[in-house]
Amino acid sequence: MSAILEQRERPAGTTRPFEGPSIGRLVKVELRKMTDTRAGFWLLIATALVAAGTVTLILFAGDTDEKTLGGFFSPTVELTSVLLPVLGILAVTSEWSQRTALTTFTLVPRRERVIAAKVLAGVALSAVAVVVCLEAAVVGNVLAPLVGDADGSWSLGLERLGGLALYMTIGLMGGLAFGLALMSAALAIVLYFLLPTVFAVLAETISSFRGIADWLDLSTTLEPLADASMTSEGWAQLGTAVAVWVVLPFVIGLVRLRRTELA
Amino acid sequence: MIEVEHLAKRYGGQTAVDDVSFRCEPGTITGFLGPNGAGKSTTMRMICGLTPPSAGSATVLETAYRELPNPGRHVGLLLDASAQHKGRTGEEVLILAAEVLAGERARVAELLDRVGLAGPAARKRVGAYSLGMRQRLGIARALLGEPSVLILDEPANGLDPEGIVWMRGLLRDFADRAGTVLLSSHLLREIEAVADDLVVIGGGKVVAPGRMEELLAATGVLVRALDPRALLRALDEVGLVGTPATGGGLLVDAPAEAVGRAAADADVVLLELRPADGAGLEELFLTLTAGETIGEVA
Repeated sequence: MSAILEQRERPAGTTRPFEGPSIGRLVKVELRKMTDTRAGFWLLIATALVAAGTVTLILFAGDTDEKTLGGFFSPTVELTSVLLPVLGILAVTSEWSQRTALTTFTLVPRRERVIAAKVLAGVALSAVAVVVCLEAAVVGNVLAPLVGDADGSWSLGLERLGGLALYMTIGLMGGLAFGLALMSAALAIVLYFLLPTVFAVLAETISSFRGIADWLDLSTTLEPLADASMTSEGWAQLGTAVAVWVVLPFVIGLVRLRRTELA
Repeated sequence: MIEVEHLAKRYGGQTAVDDVSFRCEPGTITGFLGPNGAGKSTTMRMICGLTPPSAGSATVLETAYRELPNPGRHVGLLLDASAQHKGRTGEEVLILAAEVLAGERARVAELLDRVGLAGPAARKRVGAYSLGMRQRLGIARALLGEPSVLILDEPANGLDPEGIVWMRGLLRDFADRAGTVLLSSHLLREIEAVADDLVVIGGGKVVAPGRMEELLAATGVLVRALDPRALLRALDEVGLVGTPATGGGLLVDAPAEAVGRAAADADVVLLELRPADGAGLEELFLTLTAGETIGEVA
């Protein structure tokens, strides 16, 4: 109580040196912002439901040799990573649609620091999502022998675990980058999901396009990560696709944000 | 302390703010007065580093706002009460800000209580708040970091009369503890009731800066006669100029005695002769408003 009174009586004119918020503190704030709204909360619930649903589906409809830890894990990550980018998109665009940018960037005027915090928070959230998927896969693999014939293997290489974590993270970062570059949730969500489809259709119909798609289609190039079949050429292809679909929009967005007038 | 030097902002061919300079001293409340679209908000946004100026500079506590390591600890801002996430509760909005400021969580409850949003109101989503409640929440957030400078853009909008009186007391108390306050409004009466210094802006330019009482005093006398035309002629004869005031009568920039003698010499019957008490300021302000509403776009 006395501490509160003292604070209140402190002359308003006195200034003390204050350090800026650490990046860790900003990451904590951004994580909280990603999850404390209805949209964020339900997206996380939906992600967990998708994970549970995928495991259930494999449990009852999968082939015997698919019912391994890895067999449950990979498709779970692939499917949940469809939703997670939306969280990345909203993490950036809600600053504009809800006009919280005004507060965010007056409390932290170095705008790139806020974006760095959002990126790290996104990485953390991807890791959490991967853990949730892994837990769902473990439950699936435990239950599998009880439901029917199952391989039941528990082997899960580090390569696959790391690959799937990267798979999830790249997806979320792609969403974040699209959100940053377009600064509009609707536009970012539509384009993020539409462009790869357009790309895939083009690759299907135009034969000369197929070679390009091997290098530029994000979902094709991500595939080896999910089934732990990455080659050095695969890494080069993935790198190229990530540069085009994640790094490029991110850089465009960052430059735009640094220059833009906030209102 | 806030120092604004030759700030200017141009959008394409349009000039929003043109060579604006003023200072806000610790211990004072500076009223920033101007009609809508005069450039108040743009100036405030330039002070806070949200809008890059086309020319000039602004410092807060002798530092460019963007260079302050933890600005929320020095400057309390309320630029737009509606710029808050509608899906968050009032309490959550303050908790997020307190986290960035590395402030104690206890202050959140204390401030909610202080602005009258404690209890169930704190746990309601901002989307369900009235404009007045959003202003209160905005003021709570501005005060969260125990700043020494407050910059508030139209904070009285949406507040009920009781809320306006409450806010005046709060700002007075803040300034009396050596704080610096910059407060904008498009209502002269609102500023008059609380400000020590005044900066009047119109069409992006400062049209009248200075101490409140000096600006109010420098407006001469208000005179009303039974026959206004005869009065005008009488004034004209002794070289005085009378300009019609909004409430009737004439404003004359001269001592009461000179006006009285001019009227007596011409046998004009006076009904009223008194210090204008800022009526001149109001005239000036109304002229600005009239000029602005015609060509105004944004």
